[in-house]
Amino acid sequence: MKISFNINGEPKSIDIEDENSPLLWVVRDMLDLKGTKFGCGKAACGACTLHVDGAAIRSCSYPIKMAAGKNITTIEGLGTRENPHPVQQAWTEHVVPQCGYCQPGFMMATAALLNKIPNPTDEDIDNNIVNVCRCATYYRMRKAIHRAAELTTVSKPQNQ
Amino acid sequence: MTRKRRKKNVSRRKFLVRGGLGTLGVLALGTFVFRNPIRRSVFEMAETLVPPYDGTGTEANLWFEILKDNTIVLHSSKVEMGQGTFTGLAQIAADELDVDINQIKVVHANTDSGVVDGMSTGGSLSIASLWQPLREMAATMREMIKGMAAEKMGISIGDLTTKNGVVSGGGKTLTYAEVATNVTEWKVPDTPKLRDRSSYQFVGKPISRIDLAAKVYGDPIFGMDAEMPNMLHASVIRPQHVGATMKSADISVAEKMPGVVKIVKQDNWVGIIADSYTQALTAKRAIQVDWDIPKMWTEEGIREMLQVGKGDKMICQKEGSTLDTDDSNVVTLEFSSPIGAHAQIEPNGAVAHVKDGKATIIISTQVVQITQKQVAKALGLDMENVNIIPTYLGGGFGRRLNTSHAVQAAILSKEVGRPVKYFFSRKEEFQHDSFRPPTHHIMKGKLNENGLLASLEHHYASGDVAINSVLLPGAVNTILGTDIGAARGGNIMYRNIPNHRAIQWHTTLPFATSWWRSLGLLANTFAIESFMDEMAIKAGKDPVEFRLAQLNDDEMGKRIKAVITKAAEKSGFQEKPVNGRAMGFAACVDAGSPCAHVVEISIEEGEIKVHKVTCVLDCGIAVNPDQVKAQCEGSVIMGISAAMHEKMTLKDGQLYPTIFGPYEMALMRNAPKEIDVVLIEGADVPLPVGEPPLGPIGAAVANAVKRLTGKRLTDLPLSL
Repeated sequence: MKISFNINGEPKSIDIEDENSPLLWVVRDMLDLKGTKFGCGKAACGACTLHVDGAAIRSCSYPIKMAAGKNITTIEGLGTRENPHPVQQAWTEHVVPQCGYCQPGFMMATAALLNKIPNPTDEDIDNNIVNVCRCATYYRMRKAIHRAAELTTVSKPQNQ
Repeated sequence: MTRKRRKKNVSRRKFLVRGGLGTLGVLALGTFVFRNPIRRSVFEMAETLVPPYDGTGTEANLWFEILKDNTIVLHSSKVEMGQGTFTGLAQIAADELDVDINQIKVVHANTDSGVVDGMSTGGSLSIASLWQPLREMAATMREMIKGMAAEKMGISIGDLTTKNGVVSGGGKTLTYAEVATNVTEWKVPDTPKLRDRSSYQFVGKPISRIDLAAKVYGDPIFGMDAEMPNMLHASVIRPQHVGATMKSADISVAEKMPGVVKIVKQDNWVGIIADSYTQALTAKRAIQVDWDIPKMWTEEGIREMLQVGKGDKMICQKEGSTLDTDDSNVVTLEFSSPIGAHAQIEPNGAVAHVKDGKATIIISTQVVQITQKQVAKALGLDMENVNIIPTYLGGGFGRRLNTSHAVQAAILSKEVGRPVKYFFSRKEEFQHDSFRPPTHHIMKGKLNENGLLASLEHHYASGDVAINSVLLPGAVNTILGTDIGAARGGNIMYRNIPNHRAIQWHTTLPFATSWWRSLGLLANTFAIESFMDEMAIKAGKDPVEFRLAQLNDDEMGKRIKAVITKAAEKSGFQEKPVNGRAMGFAACVDAGSPCAHVVEISIEEGEIKVHKVTCVLDCGIAVNPDQVKAQCEGSVIMGISAAMHEKMTLKDGQLYPTIFGPYEMALMRNAPKEIDVVLIEGADVPLPVGEPPLGPIGAAVANAVKRLTGKRLTDLPLSL
């Protein structure tokens, strides 16, 4: 069946046999966007986190049929080296990644959190950022999340 | 305990120089190195518990290439799994080459570009072991370029200077690439004098990670991201019960399913090859396997096997006399640690292409050369026809010191004559891990009339770490007579205690156990340092003073004292809890790097909450202090995860749990909000970093709990 959606600002149509195929594999294998990672396949680790209509979704457990007509953003669409998203800027300033594998998922979860709560408290972070990082970069990540909030609130008023 | 310095000069090696590397490079520099006698390796390892650097083989090792745009490519024999090795190597090379750090590009060496470091990436040794050879190689190359520039420019070499990859003299300049262009004959000088510490531009500086942008913008750098043209996807069925073997598999339904290309039955596994991963997965679920399950293993069954007094006994340390078991003044405490999973987020897997007697494997692995050997052996190929291309690793932690699944990928590819990508499901990761073995410890001690220890004994039982590992030849364990991995941190570092000993009991368990970041250190330090605190309390002494009094004054003793003193001072350590918060102290020495932690905890809603950790590490020269700190922070939180949350068990004959969540790990909310890392430079070489800070964390938390509640926790994961 044919399913259409927007991904990173571009309209896409795919032809897929199984409409229950997870969005993750469409993104990774059909659209060749490898920044969204496979970690567990059961929505338990968050490595596959991306945005569907601005909300953080664990794409390994999200059937592709549900993405029809929606706006998907992956790490590749969050920001670029030339024009980084505040989260990516903060991650760079604090040198957060170690192995780096889970980091796109964390950055996507953080970007979605900042949409919801622009200036999160430590408790907000604890309650909302529940992905797994085995290198345990949480200490720098928390600092980077606060920094990203700062960068977002500084840049927002100018944009609005 | 100090690591023996190896000063093997590069000049004793035979150089290989290749000019004009097609269109890409203008100079490639490598060396022929000779295999270390295995015996020497064994003895060095026995002394330090650290495998030495060993560029094995007699083939050329490719180290550097200079590209036309004056980029220097460093072919790293060590893989980057998050520890920051690529950045550290670039810093070290840049200083001797006289180039800017941004001119250096570090790539993983693949086996076609020369033999890679046969000893693998692990043991926190990448920077420590390459420190000397890399500097010598880089300095030699710089002098070769200067020599050639002198010829080309007609200026005496003494009048030339090098900076930012440019040779200057007599008003003329040439880039290194320009110097190297069209050169076919190179003169290789003796190893030049290495840079003085004071002239370093990059070593010792907190340079940002050179792989940072790739990791912040989601570049496809991992094994899981690799693809080959015309590639198929595969999934594999393996036993779920411990010790199970496959009797038969009914593939009749699955082989007719959409996208299925071929189903391959092997001895104890079935491979399903399909056009897409989801198709392979769907077909996998349609296969009925009849398993032979000889025994339903239980947690109790494993515990029963794994006890002090059972298995092979080895005295690892023996000083003075043994404790009299009838002595009523002897204090005895038992400790235990559970089975631990690696739980790295990138699953194991590989992309393989086997065709016309050649195999190419792209893989996240810590053992590049062993994987090459395994594939060659399984497929009956010569080593030179197997090329292993390592990628960035989505976590290593020791899990990828066994990547024999490359063989499965190769077999599957051979069956269809096309590239095949295959990786583990998360359940397979949890059930087919090479786990941290569970341990059992009995600590015994006796105080003298001055309130110091007259005797201290550590008796411990462990499953395999180094024993039965592909990483070490069987001879190593036979010669040493002990599991050197399980022994990490098992010896008593308090050498002033007149009678002390460490006795290891080893048992091979019915499921694979092996290397897990810091090996035996985590559990051994938990037992020893918990007991030390208990004895300090019994003696009515300050736990810091109690420890210091029992360390000797040799070089290592002094370095341990320094980290302990610094940790107490920096954290403002005090014994008595204040406002519901208590501090806990613990220290260790691992592979030549002493480390001490002070934690600050409270009990919130019945759970232990770690607020702050002060971590003091003496790792000699910190090539990149920011990344050393990152390793300490990560080790502290991973240590909290292992010591306070994680536990694998056996349920219905299977290893359990098989998913994150039920396999409880430290998340953001469990990470301390304050981690104060202090680095001490107690040696003039870089020493191991990535594992020592995992050691003290369990005991430090347990010691704080004791001071807050009066309760002594003796089993990991810690639970009130």
